[in-house]
Amino acid sequence: MTDTAQGHASSTGISNVKLGMWAFLGSECLLFGGLISTYMLYRGRVTGGPRPSQIFDIPFTSVSSFVLLMSSLTMVLAVSAAHKDDDRKTNLWLTVTALLGATFVGGQVYEFTAFYKEGLGFSTSLFGSSFYTLTGFHGVHVTVGIIMLMSLVGILKRSSVPGKKAEVVEMIGLYWHFVDIVWIIIFTLVYLIPV
Amino acid sequence: MAIIERPAPTVPAIVTPTTTYGSLKRPVSATGWRSWVFTVDHKKLGIMYGATAMFFFIIGGVEALLIRLQLAAPNGKVLNADLYNQMFTMHATTMVFLFVMPMAAGFANYFVPLQIGARDVAFPRLNAFGFWALLFGGIFLNLAWFLGGAADGGWFMYAPNSGPVFSPSNGVDFWALGLQIAGIASLTGAINLIITVLNMRAPGMSLMKMPIFTWMITVVQFLLLFAIPVITVALFLLSFQRNFGARFFDVAAGADPLLWQHLFWIFGHPEVYVLILPSFGIVSEVLPVFSRKPLFGYPFVVFSGAAIGFVGWGVWAHHMFASGLGPVSVAVFSLTTMAIAVPTGVKIINWTLTMWGGKLWFTTAMKFAIGLIVLFTVGGLSGVTHAVAPSDTQQTDTYYIVAHFHYVLFGGAVLGIFSGFYYWWPKVFGKMLNEKLGSWNFWLMVIGLNLTFGPMHILGLQGQPRRMYQWTEARAGEGFFNLAFWNLIASIGSFVLAVGILMFLINVLITARNPQKAPLDPWNARSLEWMTTNPPKEHNFDVVPTVHHLDDFFHQKYEEDPVTHTMKQVRTAEEIMAEQERNADKHIHMPSPSYWPIVLAFGLPVITFGLIYSHLISVIGGVIVLFAAYGWALESSTAPDSDFETNTPGTGLDKVASNHD
Ligand code: HEM
Ligand SMILES: [Cu+2]
Repeated sequence: MTDTAQGHASSTGISNVKLGMWAFLGSECLLFGGLISTYMLYRGRVTGGPRPSQIFDIPFTSVSSFVLLMSSLTMVLAVSAAHKDDDRKTNLWLTVTALLGATFVGGQVYEFTAFYKEGLGFSTSLFGSSFYTLTGFHGVHVTVGIIMLMSLVGILKRSSVPGKKAEVVEMIGLYWHFVDIVWIIIFTLVYLIPV
Repeated sequence: MAIIERPAPTVPAIVTPTTTYGSLKRPVSATGWRSWVFTVDHKKLGIMYGATAMFFFIIGGVEALLIRLQLAAPNGKVLNADLYNQMFTMHATTMVFLFVMPMAAGFANYFVPLQIGARDVAFPRLNAFGFWALLFGGIFLNLAWFLGGAADGGWFMYAPNSGPVFSPSNGVDFWALGLQIAGIASLTGAINLIITVLNMRAPGMSLMKMPIFTWMITVVQFLLLFAIPVITVALFLLSFQRNFGARFFDVAAGADPLLWQHLFWIFGHPEVYVLILPSFGIVSEVLPVFSRKPLFGYPFVVFSGAAIGFVGWGVWAHHMFASGLGPVSVAVFSLTTMAIAVPTGVKIINWTLTMWGGKLWFTTAMKFAIGLIVLFTVGGLSGVTHAVAPSDTQQTDTYYIVAHFHYVLFGGAVLGIFSGFYYWWPKVFGKMLNEKLGSWNFWLMVIGLNLTFGPMHILGLQGQPRRMYQWTEARAGEGFFNLAFWNLIASIGSFVLAVGILMFLINVLITARNPQKAPLDPWNARSLEWMTTNPPKEHNFDVVPTVHHLDDFFHQKYEEDPVTHTMKQVRTAEEIMAEQERNADKHIHMPSPSYWPIVLAFGLPVITFGLIYSHLISVIGGVIVLFAAYGWALESSTAPDSDFETNTPGTGLDKVASNHD
């Protein structure tokens, strides 16, 4: 980076992309903060349709939450492989992470379908609207993460990733961990704490 | 191009990439319209932000004039009730989101890298993307005028009033989705500028040696970083309600009508600091230069700015005193609001003391800066009267409020922006704006402003409600409190104001035709952006400066005389420039232009258009976004060494230099 438009080495010692991702995640905290507050305000407001306790399947969601948690572990393995410049292992762990993430999203799709059949639509009640909005936003974040992971695998195979490889893997790793942590909060507040 | 046209011994070689990245051949052309549309240069983008903001300023201004025409006499017939609602909603939306914010973004883009001695921002392509998203978002917002009517719920668009029942046209949909796009632009801009300031300062420039404008812009970007996501949530809830049948604001389903108000104002109050702090930064640069003294109490100005940035999060409910929050909340928010007046007062004192005992030089820039101090203080004082909840309950939703926020927004934010125009015009365009016309510009604006918004205090205290499309003779009152008289004065004032702004536009045209170049350092300025040519070269500085002082450029020109303890000039700006050129870096890679930012940004309004009319269109928009995102990810921002042609030194620079003519 020295001697380019970027001038000299970074003032903080952290690379631009990583610092940029941190800033973005700081912003994301307030996005989820707003969505979670809306849900907490509305979760007990059921004028029609099922109440939360009537439809939640805690064991099922616990399993899929566990799967998502494990994907953070495999992400860590991918980052450390990238630091060791081990392309094969990096690809392997990135793929496993993406697959675990996909399993979680699959579980969410299944869950949404089940809830819908039990009478909880998007417009059924305030609970319905805010539940689907909050968990849906999280699901979209996981999906975007999966797309990034798979794209990264594709790009690494052709080994044409701009910038330092490990740097990029690490940046996507930050995003992935963040999305996982948000899920832990959502899982606790939405599923575990009774209304 | 520049003023110093001496033969430069060695010039940096700027070379052009030749190879292809991503799926389209990378644009390398640096001439004609392409040099603007595909540019990632922070200076060009700054100018583009400025031009866009000016365009929307004129639109918002015409809307304001229509409002004042309607209200000039009783039973106005210029606009009908429905159109009037759209007019004040779009007037405010345009002024806030499409004029002041982009104008500040333009100043920030242009000057922050220069002030910190960097050659560009941290993410040049993201920067270009932000500009295009803002432009497309703004156009999208205004499309509603032609597609069944614009948004009509007031600029804070309270739900449930903005639901489909009370606002059946698509106006609110365009509004919510258009602001969503503009929000993405602000968010990317905020991330970009924060990282630029944190990571790309010239060697030696610690945070407490940063120019004050850069400081204020940094505080603003943090406010945006955390405020934008909150309105994003609110806008999503509103869109989901209107377009997908969600119940968020459906009171029959048990919804809380205060939810929107809280979300909006948690964003909205930090937003008012987003509007004012850049102008505070500008006048904090202008006042010392034209008082020939350093800024009084630099650390106080920095910390009071940061304090405003923090406390600004704890006052939002003062916009909701009349909504039945309960006595405890009202008392708490009343107190926090009074508290935030303190750091603001600190700034005003610092500015006054900066001028105190200085050799004042009344240029147009200086006049606008002093205008800001005076008029913002007027607005600040009426603001303190709203902080007292019982008094606010009388004032809320009257013209008194309209008077208050125009004094702070026009008298504060806008005058600061105009001060910046006159101060930095020679830097950006290499020519000085005409000072005589500038004087007309200033006085007409200030007189017009007071004529327009001054009487509104009286109107408001008499009880004239805001957002009323007509008033009648029956309620006009008598003598000093005659509504008819003051309404007419306000309307006349708005046209005086408009003529004042017209003077500025004429000044710009005259200056563009004037062949005379500006001197290198016309104001004897203090900060780094003046330590380069007018306009700056594409790579900003021939040598990245090493910083030793606050106001480093000043300290390179002046040194303290050990005997008399006065500052004595030891070098001229020309000498400093000549030295830089002698030591110029030989090899500078600037980020290369790119197609992807504009393509990616274009995908966004396509998606939102589809959300209103047909989801098929959204899918097309999504494909555009994905396509552009891949192209973007696959090309690197600065092409690696091996991909550069080795030009003979000199040819590259000549090409760059001709750009600025
Ligand atoms: C060209 C000079 C301007 C004039 C003559 C003007 C006039 C007005 C008037 C008369 C209203 C009240 C409409 C009503 O309540 O019925 C209004 C509302 C408003 N104006 Fe301006 N204005 C001007 C410039 C600005 C600027 C520069 C800004 C912001 C930077 C601004 C922001 C607003 C806002 C936020 C509202 C509130 C709209 C609402 O009630 O939703 N105005 N303006
Ligand atoms: Cu406020």
